[in-house]
Amino acid sequence: MSSPNLLYGEVEQELRDSVRSLLRDRCDWTAVLARCESEHPYDRQLWSTLATDLGVTGLLVPEELGGAGAGPRELAVLAEELGSSVAPVPLLGSAVMATSALLACSEASVASEAVTTLATGSAVGTVAVPLTTAPDDPFPESVRAQDATLSGTVPTVVDLEVADKAVVPAIGEDGPGLYLLDSSAPGVTRTPITPLDLTRRIGTLELDRVPAPRVATGPRAERALHHALTTAAGVLASEQVGLAQHCLDSTVDYVRTRYQFGRAVGSFQAVKHRLADLWAGISTARAVARDAADALTGSSEEAGISVAVAQSYCCDLVVLAAEEHLQLHGGIGMTWEHPAHLYLGRAKSSQLTLGTAERHRNTIATLGALPAP
Amino acid sequence: MVDADELRTRVRRFLSEHDPAGTDRLDFLRARFDAGLAWVHYPVGLGGIDAPRALQTVVDEEFAATGAPDNDPLTNTIGLGMAAPTILGHGTEEQRRRFLRPLWTGEETWCQLFSEPGAGSDLAALSTRAVREGDEWVLDGQKVWTSLAHTARWAILVARTAPGAPKHKGLTYFLCDMTDPGVEVRPLRQITGEAEFNEVFLSGARIPDSQRLGEVGQGWRIAMDTLMNERVAIGGGNTAREQGMIGIVSETWRQRPELRTPGLHERLLRLWVESEAARVTSERLRQQLVAGQPGPEGSAAKLAFARLNQLISGFELELLSQQGLSYDDWSLRRPDSTELTSRSPGYRYLRAKGNSIEGGTSEILRNIIAERVLGLPAEPRTDKDVPWKELPR
Ligand SMILES: Cc1cc2nc3c(=O)[nH]c(=O)nc-3n(C[C@H](O)[C@H](O)[C@H](O)COP(=O)(O)OP(=O)(O)OC[C@H]3O[C@@H](n4cnc5c(N)ncnc54)[C@H](O)[C@@H]3O)c2cc1C
Repeated sequence: MSSPNLLYGEVEQELRDSVRSLLRDRCDWTAVLARCESEHPYDRQLWSTLATDLGVTGLLVPEELGGAGAGPRELAVLAEELGSSVAPVPLLGSAVMATSALLACSEASVASEAVTTLATGSAVGTVAVPLTTAPDDPFPESVRAQDATLSGTVPTVVDLEVADKAVVPAIGEDGPGLYLLDSSAPGVTRTPITPLDLTRRIGTLELDRVPAPRVATGPRAERALHHALTTAAGVLASEQVGLAQHCLDSTVDYVRTRYQFGRAVGSFQAVKHRLADLWAGISTARAVARDAADALTGSSEEAGISVAVAQSYCCDLVVLAAEEHLQLHGGIGMTWEHPAHLYLGRAKSSQLTLGTAERHRNTIATLGALPAP
Repeated sequence: MVDADELRTRVRRFLSEHDPAGTDRLDFLRARFDAGLAWVHYPVGLGGIDAPRALQTVVDEEFAATGAPDNDPLTNTIGLGMAAPTILGHGTEEQRRRFLRPLWTGEETWCQLFSEPGAGSDLAALSTRAVREGDEWVLDGQKVWTSLAHTARWAILVARTAPGAPKHKGLTYFLCDMTDPGVEVRPLRQITGEAEFNEVFLSGARIPDSQRLGEVGQGWRIAMDTLMNERVAIGGGNTAREQGMIGIVSETWRQRPELRTPGLHERLLRLWVESEAARVTSERLRQQLVAGQPGPEGSAAKLAFARLNQLISGFELELLSQQGLSYDDWSLRRPDSTELTSRSPGYRYLRAKGNSIEGGTSEILRNIIAERVLGLPAEPRTDKDVPWKELPR
């Protein structure tokens, strides 16, 4: 086994720089806060600028399908930056989950055509599973396929309200299949759920005999869904690293300038030690997140274990970072007009997203031959 | 620059000229040093060939594969990890030539005479005096917690040469001959029953000025370099998954289903994840070094290593249940190496407690990270500009 490349390459750094400078102009936290209570909680314009000016909405997609022909490593860098700004864009549903699922079904021409629309940003997609679904969960059974139509209900579907298309796992007469749903079709009801995370939305999808083409069936459908969820869990680890790093940086800035007892509060050892531990945790989180992103470019077995390690580490670490961020800001951190709650909501929700740490540890128990009693 | 293939070729050429089976062990090691294949990142003539440090593993693996003798590194961790880089960095050409070769071959092992009863974390407060007499320095004082002083031939030592100066400014660094009649080593028994460390009494010990390292008064700066190297040496290491402590308990888990409980399973998996994460973090650090972008992450490695060793060794006793109540041997042994995994689980549990104290306590490391990496304000220093001799103690 050759060593994974755990560093950032030059192209990845350039990608980071260009995304970061766009976000600096277009996505400061006051804008994010203002938007999250408005009629349009997603920043569709930012998403289309990311698509057309930077071409980063289709990083996973090969060039012949209209994408950037990059891969999970680059996508992970994008996720770090978007996480760092808690950008309200459909990264996870569209550029990660739906795109990976459809790519795994791309011999179906409707799937590859749909991938192109997601890559170019002309459409937004999602995968119709509860957002808490872990990669190893059994194939979902809440939607039934009968006579080429879908019926059923799926709660907590990510990015649902802006999704034009949804990849729907459903059980048909001949077993599991993936279907490509047009969300404007008759019989589709999308109901937003008031989210804990104001910057990434969820909703309930109800389907009443909605016609939708099947893009994969049987084991292929199961593999495609597993692949999409594994990729998403791996990329999510990088988003969590970006978010945690932001929390640390802004806390360090704050405690250096906030004076109490005639000293910067950052000079108190109780504060210094907590931040030193957080920094060490983030260094580790970055290493495992890079490992997962790199592993996603290779064999699925190595990816399985690397992603499980990364998620079980990063999903708790990001919550620690967001909670320390709040606590060390004192009362100001509890106010609505401060971004701490945006980060906390994203961090805490992301901890439950795509499997908790415990679920990922169970995966490790299986893959690492450490059986339960 | 030399790459991995080039190094492999050199090792093979060396082995074809020096059959490890037919050569005396020391002759073999000396020849390896002279061929620049000892520590490849050292300069030519001093055991290396100026290769990237990260390529050392390539060389070690090549030698190990042929069953060639090694320099028994665990008996000389302080020499290899701390004394050598400090001598290389601050020694005169003569000192480097005199000391580095026998140090690397293990002919001469080293210990570290830094800590004193009154100066541990606050090393700069130490009070062992060194007074110049002609070409010599005369030392009086007491050192403590000195690991392997009973086997060491040489010591790195810091002593006070200017008591009237503020504490950081009056120190000088020496290389001390442990066979000098003024040096007395007494075993100091530790919680494991053995005496790995010692008290060392210096009563009129004599050190020639030629064994002073660096300038008079520069001792603090050089000692800081030594300690940085110590932390890198302690934190680094393991490259394969499930090496070290976590591998031991994972194997026990697999072999002994009757010990398993749900609560222990949960904890084992948490420790497994943390160990794997720490391993990947060290690997990332190594890659940063190879790519010429050394990061500050090294200071975190020792923190993680200490914490994990303690948690896993504590877990191991609980896992072993009744067996966890027993201990292998309380007799006052005098070990000649420090290796956590060599003895029983009870020993590991006790010995791991030292990991967050030796080489800088975990609290001190957190101060260092907060100040040097995060740029937070330094601890208040009431003693910084006060002459050492006027400090309360
Ligand atoms: C197994 C072992 C082997 C050792 N081997 C060697 C050796 O070979 N050579 C050698 O020179 N030394 C050796 N040491 C000594 C070691 O370096 C010291 O024990 C260590 O630096 C701590 O010093 P101290 O024991 O005086 O504790 P103290 O410095 O008195 O510390 C007591 C407690 O106070 C905390 N503390 C101190 N200062 C601060 C601060 N500024 N902020 C927050 N907390 C603080 C410490 O973290 C610790 O918890 C060894 C120690 C052990 C346990």
